[in-house]
Amino acid sequence: MSTRSFGAPVRRNEDARLLRGQALFVDDVELPGMVYAAFLRSNVAHARIRSIDVSAARARDGVVAVYTAADLGDYWAPGPLLVPPPPIKDTVFNQRTQVPLAKDKVRHVGEPLAVVLADSRYLAEDALGDIAVELEPLPAVVDLEKAGSSASATVHDDVRGNVAAHVRQSRGDYAAARAKADRVIARRFHYDHGASSPIETRGIVANWDARGNQLTVWDTTQAPVFLRNGLAAMLGMSERQVRVIAPFVGGGFGPKIMLFYPEEVVIPWAARKLNRPIKWIEDRLEHFFATTHERGQTHDAEIALSADGRILGIKDVFLHDTGAYNPYGLTVPINSQCTLLGPYVIPNYDSTFTAVFTNKPIVTPYRGAGRQHGVFVIERLLDIAAHELNIDRAEIRRRNLIPPDAFPYNNEIIYQDFAPLSYDSGNYEPILDKALQMIGYKKFLAEEQPRLRAQGRHVGVGVACYVEGTGIGPYEGAKVQVQANGKVNVATGIGTQGQGHFTVFAQIVAERLGVEVGDVDVVTGDTDQFYWGAGTFASRGAVVAGNAVNEAAKAVRQKILKLAAEHFECAEEDLEIANGEVSVVGVPGQSVKLGALALKANPMRGAVKPGTEPGLESTQYFGPAGGATASGVHAMIVELDPQTFALNVLKYVVVHDCGTVINPLILAGQIHGGVAQGIGNAFYEQLVFDDEGQLLNASLADYLLPTALEVPHMEIAHTVTESPLNPLGIKGAGEAGAIPVGPLFAQAIEDALGLLERNVELNEIPLSPGRLFELTAKLR
Amino acid sequence: MSADRHDITVTVNGTQYRRSVEARLLLSDFLRHDLLLAGTHVGCEHGVCGACTVIIEGAAVRSCLMFAAQADGQRITTVEGLAPDQDHLHPLQESMRDCHGLQCGYCTPGILMTMKAFLDETPAPDEAQIREALSGNLCRCTGYQHIVEAMQLAAERLRGSSL
Repeated sequence: MSTRSFGAPVRRNEDARLLRGQALFVDDVELPGMVYAAFLRSNVAHARIRSIDVSAARARDGVVAVYTAADLGDYWAPGPLLVPPPPIKDTVFNQRTQVPLAKDKVRHVGEPLAVVLADSRYLAEDALGDIAVELEPLPAVVDLEKAGSSASATVHDDVRGNVAAHVRQSRGDYAAARAKADRVIARRFHYDHGASSPIETRGIVANWDARGNQLTVWDTTQAPVFLRNGLAAMLGMSERQVRVIAPFVGGGFGPKIMLFYPEEVVIPWAARKLNRPIKWIEDRLEHFFATTHERGQTHDAEIALSADGRILGIKDVFLHDTGAYNPYGLTVPINSQCTLLGPYVIPNYDSTFTAVFTNKPIVTPYRGAGRQHGVFVIERLLDIAAHELNIDRAEIRRRNLIPPDAFPYNNEIIYQDFAPLSYDSGNYEPILDKALQMIGYKKFLAEEQPRLRAQGRHVGVGVACYVEGTGIGPYEGAKVQVQANGKVNVATGIGTQGQGHFTVFAQIVAERLGVEVGDVDVVTGDTDQFYWGAGTFASRGAVVAGNAVNEAAKAVRQKILKLAAEHFECAEEDLEIANGEVSVVGVPGQSVKLGALALKANPMRGAVKPGTEPGLESTQYFGPAGGATASGVHAMIVELDPQTFALNVLKYVVVHDCGTVINPLILAGQIHGGVAQGIGNAFYEQLVFDDEGQLLNASLADYLLPTALEVPHMEIAHTVTESPLNPLGIKGAGEAGAIPVGPLFAQAIEDALGLLERNVELNEIPLSPGRLFELTAKLR
Repeated sequence: MSADRHDITVTVNGTQYRRSVEARLLLSDFLRHDLLLAGTHVGCEHGVCGACTVIIEGAAVRSCLMFAAQADGQRITTVEGLAPDQDHLHPLQESMRDCHGLQCGYCTPGILMTMKAFLDETPAPDEAQIREALSGNLCRCTGYQHIVEAMQLAAERLRGSSL
């Protein structure tokens, strides 16, 4: 029998290539006659364009072409709206999407003005200095609150008050709940957010094959199918004429799902126009401006409670910074609005947000995608409530958890996928219990903390709960095919950026078809290998594409059994599939290899019977009825130096429930990486803008990504509550690690320094040693 | 423009290359685009992320902070030179695979070369030493934990193989 691999910590199929330096990334594509692009970008945040003179650049040796917006002609158009606003009553949405090259105004630092194509990137960058640009600077819109005042400049001349959107969602009757409350707590919270900073920046290579009448584009995208469809439409080609390949991609985390970036519009167009392959690779400085951020919400939130700490209702009014354009619609603020509700029973909820245009880089989802903003608000409100009502922090959470018999639990508001925010399944209290036990919560508070405090050490504990809506539609598909050599090929439309798709999809197929994981060859992100799909976002790869792979593998299994039954002239029930062959149970020597069956299924003579197909192959699709809601609890013990506010995580625990686990090793990696990004977000990473919209720390020396010294050892445990929404019972896990880390840090640091007792609250993220020094000034 | 050019000879993974290079050509670009050894990755081009690390005369060096001309006459090892052959991985690579020490794999070549030089000098490191050595390489996917475990395993294997 084959060793069972589904659910096991299987080593990854893709690793050998990556470890040898043989995996293809976009910048590794080298083609004869290639020219290299560099973009001239605005160095101010807000200005009218008076003139752009590229004549000197065009005259430089080695320069092939220089283009501005004027050269694009009718091809110049604002980009598509990727996600329209959900059908929520009275929603205001002002669509203003990014343009390929700025024409009349620049609206953020780094917005592209012109592109140079030259024989090398070095020469292209030389020529950028030859371009003469005359800009008339305008006041920059930077501050979220000031953006709405009548005195503010406007990012888009026709959008008064810089209002990108206004949305209100509610359930129950908050005013009535408030009137009955024993305690009402109102606070202002600010959650800044950084840049995803994958180690591979963005890049694109476009090759126009005039003979084949086909455009091939290698792109660091998380959504190759959408990119193919959009490019075909923009270029007036049929989709079959455009092939998009997302090869190995060096980390995505959300911003690589964004499209169309200006470079993705300009480079394919220029490749066709010049009839030469073109490469553009973003450098790290560009990445800080040209790749989208996720950033900036200010919440005025209020919680109404009974004396015993039960939540009667929450009211929240928040501002969301959408940057200069809003191509991703309302996904981020809707996620904040919905995820604030967390794992708790909140019978009355009244939430209103205003999304605001500012002269800053565009905001689109980054791992967590606004969920952490909402989680920060509810978790902080509960911490403050626990303190004011003199209830233990873990206990106030426990009292408000949705009970296990309440699922599916409908929150009665609309989620980002346009479906009602309904939690499919969950069992929250055991997760909390396990996290408290693993962190040693009671013993820490009763014994260790007093003992260490007596020694003058500042140690504290934090506990934070969260849910994560994952695995949303619309659908993904997969083709599973047995090859003549007995190996199994899987193709799916999603792209991969390190999630282990080459292995987890192989595990699903191995389980169904009785082959080794290493004998399953997975292809992702090549639109010529698989035509349909959506992309890798919202923690949906394993859930949606994984279930499509499962369905296709099941269909191939049926074909294998049918053909083998004909071959052996026996009943299908008498057959078993294992070790890459089909055998007649109980009859030694009666077996046939899958490869031989695949050959048999593709006859050279005779006829394929009507109603059948050649080959052992099936293409199937899966679209979930709604998102699967994962959940978890993080707990941490932290020590702070009261002089320098240097922080040391002594213990970090994650207990997580994402339903069926396909590969615990890969799942642990997803959690570890999410927590590391959460830690960066909570305590190290901040994008610092001045009041002219200039980013002051656009380098990895100044924007501090956590290193192996800042990210602690983590202990992880799982509970399993299967999702009823897909046959494998899977929930997504990609973003969970990052979501609750902000409030966890705030809570643990407050506890370590005894801040709540001295009326100092940490109601903002990111924190840092410097910021803690400022926030505690009144205590000195 | 008359580019200032240099004729250089470098030995990379045991193969000698003679090339004429522009003075300003970065070693990282030379390796990737002139020699087509694209396993060395470029993440920041300002010496922070460590993705472009290669070994020059036994020392881990960031190839984005050197000009190709400065490598004239030197012996360089890149990630392509780590495994003994097409059928076997180096114990460092094998351990990274066993411990799931990589996800997207983009930072991985730099980490392998940094840790190769480190373990050559420090064959029996503790976790704190590994984390310190690793702290000059940024990884955005793994949270480092599995890499640290991989290095502990690799150190054991390397000590075992040298006995």
